[in-house]
Amino acid sequence: MTEQPPINYEAAFAALQEVITKLENSELPLEEALKLYEKGKKLSDQCAKLLENAQLRVSTLGQAENDTEEAL
Amino acid sequence: MRCVFVYTSTMDQLDFFRPTVLSVTALTNYLRELLETDDVLRDVWVRGEISNFSQPRSGHLYFTLKDSDAQIRCVMWKNAAYRLNFSPRDGQGVEVHGSMSIYAAGGQVQLYVDSMQALGEGLLYQEFLRLKNKLEQEGLFDPTHKRPIHALPKHIGIVSSATGAALQDMLNTLSRRLPLAKVTIAPSQVQGVEAPASLIQALQALNQINDLDLILLARGGGSIEDLWAFNDENLAYAIHNSRVPVITGVGHETDFTIADFVADLRAPTPTAAAELATAISINDLAVTLQNARSDLTATIEEVIATRSYALELRNFDLQRLSPLQRVNNAIQTMDHLRERLDRSIGTHLHKAQLRLANLSSRLETLSPTAVLNRGYAIVTDAHSGKLLSQASQAKPDQAVELQFIDGKVPAVIQASLKETE
Repeated sequence: MTEQPPINYEAAFAALQEVITKLENSELPLEEALKLYEKGKKLSDQCAKLLENAQLRVSTLGQAENDTEEAL
Repeated sequence: MRCVFVYTSTMDQLDFFRPTVLSVTALTNYLRELLETDDVLRDVWVRGEISNFSQPRSGHLYFTLKDSDAQIRCVMWKNAAYRLNFSPRDGQGVEVHGSMSIYAAGGQVQLYVDSMQALGEGLLYQEFLRLKNKLEQEGLFDPTHKRPIHALPKHIGIVSSATGAALQDMLNTLSRRLPLAKVTIAPSQVQGVEAPASLIQALQALNQINDLDLILLARGGGSIEDLWAFNDENLAYAIHNSRVPVITGVGHETDFTIADFVADLRAPTPTAAAELATAISINDLAVTLQNARSDLTATIEEVIATRSYALELRNFDLQRLSPLQRVNNAIQTMDHLRERLDRSIGTHLHKAQLRLANLSSRLETLSPTAVLNRGYAIVTDAHSGKLLSQASQAKPDQAVELQFIDGKVPAVIQASLKETE
């Protein structure tokens, strides 16, 4: 498994939207447009993966963090 | 008999040190006897407030009658309940008549009610209304104070009983709808005298968490007394002052508490609260993501199509400006020149022909035939054809030909040269 950068869904999705906006709005050099597209594909894959693998992380106040972090 | 007596006597000696032991049934029967024979208890009027009211299919009524310090279980059989001229409900003040007895199987002393009169609004309900009015006047329920609920919370706080079904319901709903979220539980007592302070403390603890988007304040269903902690005045202020928006889900659909009125959003149940907390579910996110992916692909396709069109235009230009075109142009020029060349050479030839004709005619004037025309004849040797231009060339008996203008005549030389003097 390749190491993904630690990023949350909102950040990844916001980045994806930014990529699309950039692609749409500017007269980019093709090379750069293709790079942006690849970046967008990666981000969208990452988003999809985050959605697929998402598990509720539950912790309880007043207990040791490590002991109570559990995924449902 | 005697033996038995001795035996009993021994036992009596032992019993001297320990109390008489009754079976549970014997004790219960004894109590029942006491209760049912007491003149006061077998014909009594009691005033109190109804709570935990229930009326199962059987038609019998079960409820608790209470005041601020005590409560007692009550039963009203179907045939007595049938004569009631109102529908009893929780929080209602009533006067009931009946007799005390004990329900052996449940180990409960209870009042068997045979008639009941309504007393108007119950005390708890009056207190509820008083507090509701007060807080409303203070503006705690003002819609302008309601904060918007984050549609996609990243971190959700829960104030609830750590052991209640409500908590599991909420966690299940959150897990199903938005497993991306992080949940922090602040366990709290949710009923009893300690509950309001415990709830307030839990709320305040959650407010210490910086990235918390939302708090669910919830409790499963129960009697009006069970839910009473959520009608606490101080809890109302704590909700009002919470930095983080609060969604309440207390009891059932029909239960309204002060906390519900102060909260930024009221849900009918804990599960509903968890649903309202996750306005955008993971399915919605998946749809949005799918759209974004389509956008991404469509955009890059358009970018490439635009480039492709521009490239086509440039290709057209390139063809127009290509060296091949210049070569073709040069060929055309050359063709043109060749045509001019051909035309000019023709002119030259024509001129040369004219000159030649001119010269020919001039030559004509110099031709021997022109001399013949004037009556001269040319003498040639008949055998060699050599021209005899000098008299000295002529020998006697030599065969010659005389060329006149109109033909040749053979002749013979008669004599050789006579010198002219």
